[in-house]
Amino acid sequence: MGKKKDPEIKRPHWIIGEIDIEDRKIPAVSTDLSFRDQMGRVRSRLGSFRMRYKVNPSLYAVGEPDEDSPVFISANYKLSFDLLRCNLKGIDAFILVLDTKGINVWCAAGKGTFGTEELITRIRGTGLSNIVRHKRIVIPQLGAPGIQAHTVHKSTGFRVSYGPIYAKDISQYMKNGYSATQNMRTVQFNFMDRLVLTPIETLQMWKPFLFYVLAMFLLFGLQPSGILFKDALKGGYDFVLLGAVSILSGAFLAPIGIPLIPFKAFSLKGLVSGLVVVAAYYFLFIGGSNQELLKKAIIFLTFPVLSSYITLNFTGATPYTSISGVKKELKYALPCYIVVGAVSTVLFILYKLKLLELI
Amino acid sequence: MTVTRTFLKYIPNVVSLKLDIGRCTGCRRCVEVCPRAVLRMENKKVMIIDRNLCIECGACANNCEPGAISVHEGVGCATAIINGMLTGTEPTCGCSESKPETNTSPEKSCC
Repeated sequence: MGKKKDPEIKRPHWIIGEIDIEDRKIPAVSTDLSFRDQMGRVRSRLGSFRMRYKVNPSLYAVGEPDEDSPVFISANYKLSFDLLRCNLKGIDAFILVLDTKGINVWCAAGKGTFGTEELITRIRGTGLSNIVRHKRIVIPQLGAPGIQAHTVHKSTGFRVSYGPIYAKDISQYMKNGYSATQNMRTVQFNFMDRLVLTPIETLQMWKPFLFYVLAMFLLFGLQPSGILFKDALKGGYDFVLLGAVSILSGAFLAPIGIPLIPFKAFSLKGLVSGLVVVAAYYFLFIGGSNQELLKKAIIFLTFPVLSSYITLNFTGATPYTSISGVKKELKYALPCYIVVGAVSTVLFILYKLKLLELI
Repeated sequence: MTVTRTFLKYIPNVVSLKLDIGRCTGCRRCVEVCPRAVLRMENKKVMIIDRNLCIECGACANNCEPGAISVHEGVGCATAIINGMLTGTEPTCGCSESKPETNTSPEKSCC
């Protein structure tokens, strides 16, 4: 009726046609990533855009598949889906996209949305057994925490082949007779893998940082005669920049430097990284032994610990931390953060009182 | 193609991975799904090579039909665990829409 319901208008740009199988029309997708896809890729690395970067969960065709073509299972996070389709160039296949609420395979598997139940429902709903005559589905290996292969087999008749972790290995995996080598099966976390995660880690700190800047402005600008901009700038300047430096350390430097920074606990890695950058800032821009002890105490206590806390929160972005490990680290780190937070607040107030020459 | 990966290692001696070798049928599924090469086949049974590499993702236990492997699975994410402590629930990331009524910050990011 209305224009909004016209499927032609709603059709995403990456669908390039449709194929007819068993009186069914299956949308065919491109194996090339367009400029828009690339932009989406960048945007999803920067902020909340990724939370709504989804594809419609359904069955798709790549190339010209027939009833003997392989079936690959994917998540409905557009980035996951794009990685799969652009690595199926030259392969005739089906892609069955599960509804993972727009979350990637690995995280959705951890939550169970990329899961046995959803897979079984989707296999039945799409009538997959009427479309292909073989009984094999290929599931990305990182989806395994959510899938019980034997249950899927019992319920649908489809046998699960766990595919490689990285979509780029798919053609080699198929040449190997649907068998993944040890290398295809082990997850990497190299420099580039870590680097692409850091923008979002850093940018999501802007809101707390803004509050912090405001707090510093108020604290140091507050005078008996009102709030003075000059005093705010003079007193707060170093602390604001140290805050920024700590965020840079905790959300960027420590994550990319993981293998180089000593200690295994993320809280300690963040602390080390924080101490180094704070010390560097101190000696380059503040310097001198004539600084007050109180100011030194604030600088070297508060900011490295802030860096530590931010880095600890990076554990969730890595593929090599365990929940038992994080819990152990939290058991020691959390009380420290609470104590340091309280002590820092008191020190800041004392420092301010001293500036006002009240003590 | 025998290039071996160098693994980043996290805190040792904490992992909850357990193996009941008597129940193992030697199907290899666990070896297949482990993303950290924790397991290996030895004399048609599975064995743990390096348990400190385990990230408790639960893939092996989930795919072990006879139930020979067990692990306390969960997300190795401090944000999720702290959120769980604050809300008194199991650790979950805030990025899911599974609980829309409690998800006050859809912009919250994790994993």
